[in-house]
Amino acid sequence: MRNFKKAIAVIIITALAIIGCMAATACTKDAELILASTTSTQDSGLFDELIPAFEKATGYKVKVIAVGSGEAIKLGEKGEADVLLVHSRKAEGQFVADGYGINRKDVMHNDFIIVGPGSDPAKIKDMESAAEAFKAIADSGSIFLSRADDSGTHKKELSIWETAQVKPAGDWYIETGQGMGETLQIAQEKLGYTLTDNATWFATKSSPGSSLVELVKGDKTLYNPYGVIAVNPGKHPDLKINYKGATAFIDFITGVQGQKIIKEFGVAKYGQPLFYPDVIK
Amino acid sequence: MELIWQGIKSAFILIFSGNKEILGIILLTLKVSGIAVIISMAFGIPIGLLIGLNNFKSKRFVITIINTGMGLPPVAAGLFVSLMLWRSGPLGIIGIMYTPTAMIIAQVLIASPIIAGVTLAAVQQVNPKLKLQALSLGANRVQVLWILLKEAKLPALAAIMAGFGGVISEVGAVMMVGGNIKGQTRVLTTATVQNVRMGNFDVAIALVIILLILAFIVNIFLTLIQQRENMTWYQRFWK
Repeated sequence: MRNFKKAIAVIIITALAIIGCMAATACTKDAELILASTTSTQDSGLFDELIPAFEKATGYKVKVIAVGSGEAIKLGEKGEADVLLVHSRKAEGQFVADGYGINRKDVMHNDFIIVGPGSDPAKIKDMESAAEAFKAIADSGSIFLSRADDSGTHKKELSIWETAQVKPAGDWYIETGQGMGETLQIAQEKLGYTLTDNATWFATKSSPGSSLVELVKGDKTLYNPYGVIAVNPGKHPDLKINYKGATAFIDFITGVQGQKIIKEFGVAKYGQPLFYPDVIK
Repeated sequence: MELIWQGIKSAFILIFSGNKEILGIILLTLKVSGIAVIISMAFGIPIGLLIGLNNFKSKRFVITIINTGMGLPPVAAGLFVSLMLWRSGPLGIIGIMYTPTAMIIAQVLIASPIIAGVTLAAVQQVNPKLKLQALSLGANRVQVLWILLKEAKLPALAAIMAGFGGVISEVGAVMMVGGNIKGQTRVLTTATVQNVRMGNFDVAIALVIILLILAFIVNIFLTLIQQRENMTWYQRFWK
């Protein structure tokens, strides 16, 4: 009867109204900022402290899209993000050189480490050179897990293989295509080696069943610097890129308050900092 | 085993401690999936009825399309909606990427074929003579539809439960179009993934348990409606 048709009409109209009003509030676009970043900064919990502080200090609302440096940079190239916080030096340089990014600044750093099973079949424990350790792993055919996702960690891993002059391929080289947390879990289950950043390692190694151990660290090539870059609005004049917000974020994260948060992050929980600030030490 | 037990304990602690973040995640999950299912019903049920009750040349082809749509991978829906809603996409100007609205849209794409497909199957098995009987008693077209829908109430509510189950449990679409942003677009499924990533397995299990409890409660409610027969009110009460 008519009530039925009316009901359907009401439902559709309500739905459209909801969508409309949500889109309308989203029209206060100037206050919103899309930050494309890595999984290591998110999974370690750093953003849970940094972002609320930034939002409080500046009034911006931040949408953190944690995807991995490769995808973050691609989003930046497409203009789908306003600011990037990534750790893939070469790709960052290319990004800026191609004109997609401006106002790039160093923010913080930590280190990569090679972790693996306690039994250490490739005998790499305490080796000084990451490249040599990788070569030992390849030579012994021990299982190695690769992020294989174009992330900063993945790019670093590939550069170490290059230095070691090894082309990783074979049953022992497993490409997970996933984030650091997941890759560490797979490494644990398969008793394999993997390259991980210190922050994710600390944040996850206390989880139950964790049996991987740190094997190689300290090599200068394992240095892991993070950079923040604003997306160049000039490259996509038709898209609403929030350059002002990006600048505010860069200023915050390289300023006194941001750097302090980075410096203190994790100390209470893990006994040592997970990231080391680069601007205000 | 220990892990699962810890998960169950964490689940109750999380719920009853009134943890604000978890509460927010639960409410957002219900809001997004609830609205998505309601909108999907508005699309799916009429389409299911239309196709099920009318005979036309390409009927079987259309039914095949809808049934294929039921198997649409949620991540595919997420990808499609992203392409539309990205700044560079055709609807980018609305600027609703990474919002609950985008998540609702993606879930509507997933649930509508499910609801349409089950509805049309349901309505096809209603006794065809019923339609003639209703018409002969003077019912107009919409009244006929309503009567047939009431006959097919059992499977129709099954369609809604299937649609709801499909979207409340999916992770790929809402992850892509929502971004799993803490406090804004994080729902039970994406929060579970996040906690698994961070190695917080007990919290992850707790979230799964909460999700199942939620789905259970909704389904109790829908099943009661589904199984209710024509009784007097006090018979209903004591049943």
